[in-house]
Amino acid sequence: MALIQTLSLAHLPPSLAVHVALYQEVTNASFLQQQLLLGNSDFEYAFIDASVILSPNHLLAAVFRAVNDSDNGRLKSRNVHSEIVFALSPNNNIATSFRTFGILPTTRSLLVVKISTNPSITASSISQHLSATIEGTAIEFSKDNISKFTDIKKVKKIYKIGNKTDVQERKNRGSEKGTVVGELDDKKEMEVVILGMMALRGQT
Amino acid sequence: MSASVFSPPHLPPPFVNTVPPPTLISQGAEALLYRTHFLQSTHPCALKYRPSKPYRHPTLDARLTKHRILSEARTMVRMRKEGLKVPGVLGVDCEPAHGDNARKGGGGWMMMEWVEGQTAKDLLVAVKETRKSCGREEVLREQVRNLMHRIGTILCKMHEIGVIHGDLTTSNLMIRHGAQQPHGITDGHAEGHGRANNTSGIETEPILREALVNGEVVLIDFGLATSSIQDEDKAVDLYVLERAFGSTHPEAEDEFNEVLKAYGESSRGARVVLKRLEDVRLRGRKKSMIG
Ligand SMILES: Nc1ncnc2c1ncn2[C@@H]1O[C@H](COP(=O)(O)OP(=O)(O)OP(=O)(O)O)[C@@H](O)[C@H]1O
Ligand SMILES: [Mg+2]
Repeated sequence: MALIQTLSLAHLPPSLAVHVALYQEVTNASFLQQQLLLGNSDFEYAFIDASVILSPNHLLAAVFRAVNDSDNGRLKSRNVHSEIVFALSPNNNIATSFRTFGILPTTRSLLVVKISTNPSITASSISQHLSATIEGTAIEFSKDNISKFTDIKKVKKIYKIGNKTDVQERKNRGSEKGTVVGELDDKKEMEVVILGMMALRGQT
Repeated sequence: MSASVFSPPHLPPPFVNTVPPPTLISQGAEALLYRTHFLQSTHPCALKYRPSKPYRHPTLDARLTKHRILSEARTMVRMRKEGLKVPGVLGVDCEPAHGDNARKGGGGWMMMEWVEGQTAKDLLVAVKETRKSCGREEVLREQVRNLMHRIGTILCKMHEIGVIHGDLTTSNLMIRHGAQQPHGITDGHAEGHGRANNTSGIETEPILREALVNGEVVLIDFGLATSSIQDEDKAVDLYVLERAFGSTHPEAEDEFNEVLKAYGESSRGARVVLKRLEDVRLRGRKKSMIG
């Protein structure tokens, strides 16, 4: 059975539910990606490669932006689900954002997001469909599980952060009060910078 | 009189759904600052909303608002990337809406990390109140110098990466509580300190000391920030702060010198900027004699 978490994000209408699932050891990513490419309407999901997601906050900030853009009639891509993938991007190229953040044939750990505005779409209906179509193991969508799959190097490269000078500089600045910037600090710091870059995407 | 009481404009979507509704913290000439939360109610954030100005032409208004929000957000993201202490940007919306929300108007907003603390202004006002009653004036002065030193250092770093703040005042410098600070104690605004706690300076003094000596200086309000590496622009930036400080905190003017001292020691080029500041002051004086 799939483990679906249903969240309600602050500021969004309570009638709008955000369903999230996390899978590891996925073996049919190729098939799943194909369904998106074919525009199969049974697959209206955001399928995201979990290796490029830093934290639940990282993902949910993209969900928030996509839903807000959708509500304001400003979708740049096909629907709110593709817009979630695009919202993760630091630049304005939609096709590139799918290749960077979306599911690929090589994807092993997979995040699934489904926005439901319609009461007929429930956690259990989604769960049934995902269990029947995703070959992989569902695990809880939690901070710890997300961080197990994060490829930090890749994330830094995508957002062009944490290159040597930046990290060194930040350490110099951080050590002012004798605090050493540890792994945890670095990750929090990275998250904040990433959210900033996502917020600025496409704003000209 | 009641007709002139200010009532803030309604927040645009999505904040019409927000539970509990955002709390208005401050209203400036251009922006309203609310305290709310980000995606979970446990994650506090600040919401800076720039409503549209009904007296401006709608197209111009939308363009100006957008420009302000974006230039502020861009500067903040850039600074944070460079490791400087500013609130992280969490979300931005400055595009006109279409569809159902199309009539929300030309305003826009930015969400940023909440700084748990107080402005340097409120802190200095509290110091002033306490100074009279605590009988340890020199100790407090020394602690204020300590804070001024940290402010000078961070301003120098900001200029080093080519950011000119454009509106340096003690309201635009925040002092974040140390981690051990219990919430809510120095949370209030200036008035609260002097009046509500005017029991004795002995009680407030340790709290003030904590903020003055250990509080982290966080720069805010980059709506007028520009990008420049010119000594002149840096000097004018400092001059603006010097003037604002002199009129808001005349009792602490001596301590302000510590800002410039630390600034001068923080980078190789900083001394040249301080020299330039002397020219700027002279010009300022001439101008005020003429005008
Ligand atoms: N991130 C934040 N966290 C907590 N408080 C904040 C934050 N940002 C701003 N404030 C508070 O709100 C006030 C107004 O914010 P800000 O200076 O950005 O707006 P403003 O309207 O341009 O102000 P001004 O009227 O001084 O130009 C600040 O002086 C500070 O007290
Ligand atoms: Mg201000």
